[in-house]
Amino acid sequence: MKNNNIRFIQGNEACVEGAIYAGIDFFAGYPITPSTEILEHLAARLPQKGGKFIQMEDEIASMGAIIGASLTGKKVMTATSGPGFSLKQEALGYACMAEIPCVIANVQRGGPSTGNPTHVSQGDVNQARWGTHGDHSIIALTASNHQDVFKITVDAFNMAETYRTPVVLLLDETIGHMREKLVIPEPGELPVVERLRTSVKGGVDYHPYLPRDDGRLPMSDFGGEHRYNVTGLFHDMWGFPNNNPNVVGGLLRHLVDKIENNVNDICMYKEYWLDDAEYILISYGSSARSAIHLAKNRRARGIKIGVLELQTLWPFPTEMIREKCAGAKAVIVVEMNMGQVVTQVKNAVDNPNSVFLANKISGELISPEDIKSLLRMIQGKGV
Amino acid sequence: MERSRIVFSGSGGQGVITAAIILAKAAAIFEGKNAIQSQSYGAAARGGATRTDIVIADSEINFPKVLQPNILVSLTQESYNKFSPIIRPGGLLLVDSKYVTIGKKVDAKHKVLPMFDTVLKEIGKPIVFNICMLGALIGITKLIKPESILKVLETTIPKDFMEMNKKALEMGIKMGKKS
Repeated sequence: MKNNNIRFIQGNEACVEGAIYAGIDFFAGYPITPSTEILEHLAARLPQKGGKFIQMEDEIASMGAIIGASLTGKKVMTATSGPGFSLKQEALGYACMAEIPCVIANVQRGGPSTGNPTHVSQGDVNQARWGTHGDHSIIALTASNHQDVFKITVDAFNMAETYRTPVVLLLDETIGHMREKLVIPEPGELPVVERLRTSVKGGVDYHPYLPRDDGRLPMSDFGGEHRYNVTGLFHDMWGFPNNNPNVVGGLLRHLVDKIENNVNDICMYKEYWLDDAEYILISYGSSARSAIHLAKNRRARGIKIGVLELQTLWPFPTEMIREKCAGAKAVIVVEMNMGQVVTQVKNAVDNPNSVFLANKISGELISPEDIKSLLRMIQGKGV
Repeated sequence: MERSRIVFSGSGGQGVITAAIILAKAAAIFEGKNAIQSQSYGAAARGGATRTDIVIADSEINFPKVLQPNILVSLTQESYNKFSPIIRPGGLLLVDSKYVTIGKKVDAKHKVLPMFDTVLKEIGKPIVFNICMLGALIGITKLIKPESILKVLETTIPKDFMEMNKKALEMGIKMGKKS
């Protein structure tokens, strides 16, 4: 391990390094706490590798800029937090409909509205899923430490290219701001998916929205060899607006199926001591650190407890959770919101009455003690 | 070393956050330990009581914050008043003698050292106050080796400032060892 591959940095910088590793070419954004370091560091790092950085007039324009840049063949990203994420939702839906690969990092802070800018929250889980209107599917990833932030950022770029979709990186203030060690992998250590470009020659009829047999759509750099249309309206295989019922139904089904049918490839998680676990903590992001801390501590006292850490939040890994939780006496979802993932877990498991919520919504990181209080109540031991 | 839970506190501009990053980075990169540093954001960063948490351990660190520090450093009266009640019983309290007057004693080893005055007298520039504090801390605790801190400084500060920082670190170590 070379010493210059080891960094001691913030989670936001780990995200930047992951983006660089994945081959980011273009970033457009508008600064907002607690995501600003992503923008700051990309402003320095992107020009070093021949990429372009632009600070736009607002979050809406930033989203438009990355969509345009992606169409021209670039790997793109923007970063924001709650209020900015709200502003991006319209264009995010456009990227879903027009199938434009892009990565949107949302370093979560307390909300609604301008909320609690410098403090942690995980309140945007459902917004990542349903923030933009209309039926659609989306990929949202999260991580609890810098090594994983790096990796899921690379994964986000890879999935955006593979499925031609926006991918949301749901980080949080604690992870974004705290500093810990990151070992940057050597080139080639992690897979990097490049843009799939069409082999159709210039002057030959090109169908930008005709999926191959494997469901993927090869792209043509906009403004290059082929002229084609891009629209937020339902469209035919040339990209032209079309409201023929077969076209509309077929396209919507395609937009959802390309993600939901690949849930096993997209679904990433980590498990700790699940084999014999009677109590399972399900968590993600910074709150997973507290869950692991507590489980380690309780294991040492002989309690059969384990942790299932979700890294893919959307599409929700329903089947995996049902299987993992089948033998558990109780499942405790640890999150910093009023219960967004817990609802999904209740839907997933065979016995929803055995699912409990351990949450904290005050802007402080949920602590192992907070989880322990609930665990003891469930165990019938009193607090 | 089992696990050190440390809080540095002071006011914005004293360099407590910089000192915390240097300490945690030195432990993580040059001593093969696990380390995490985090800090309070917002109003505290512009005056008021600034706080930064550091956890250093040989084993993996999951929960990154400090609830009860076994080492508390306070460089202002306000931060001492605010944070001295949370110190872990039997811990270490390090304060600067110019800025802090000890009130009701807590169950901790109290070290009141003239760090600021010594820096001003020997170096004449208060900007290395925080490095002197780091020196005093490792002089008392032997938490990490001075060389590891110097290695971090070499990679993060301009060459012309190196001598001054080295001197401040050594002064702090001497003061800490003697106390």
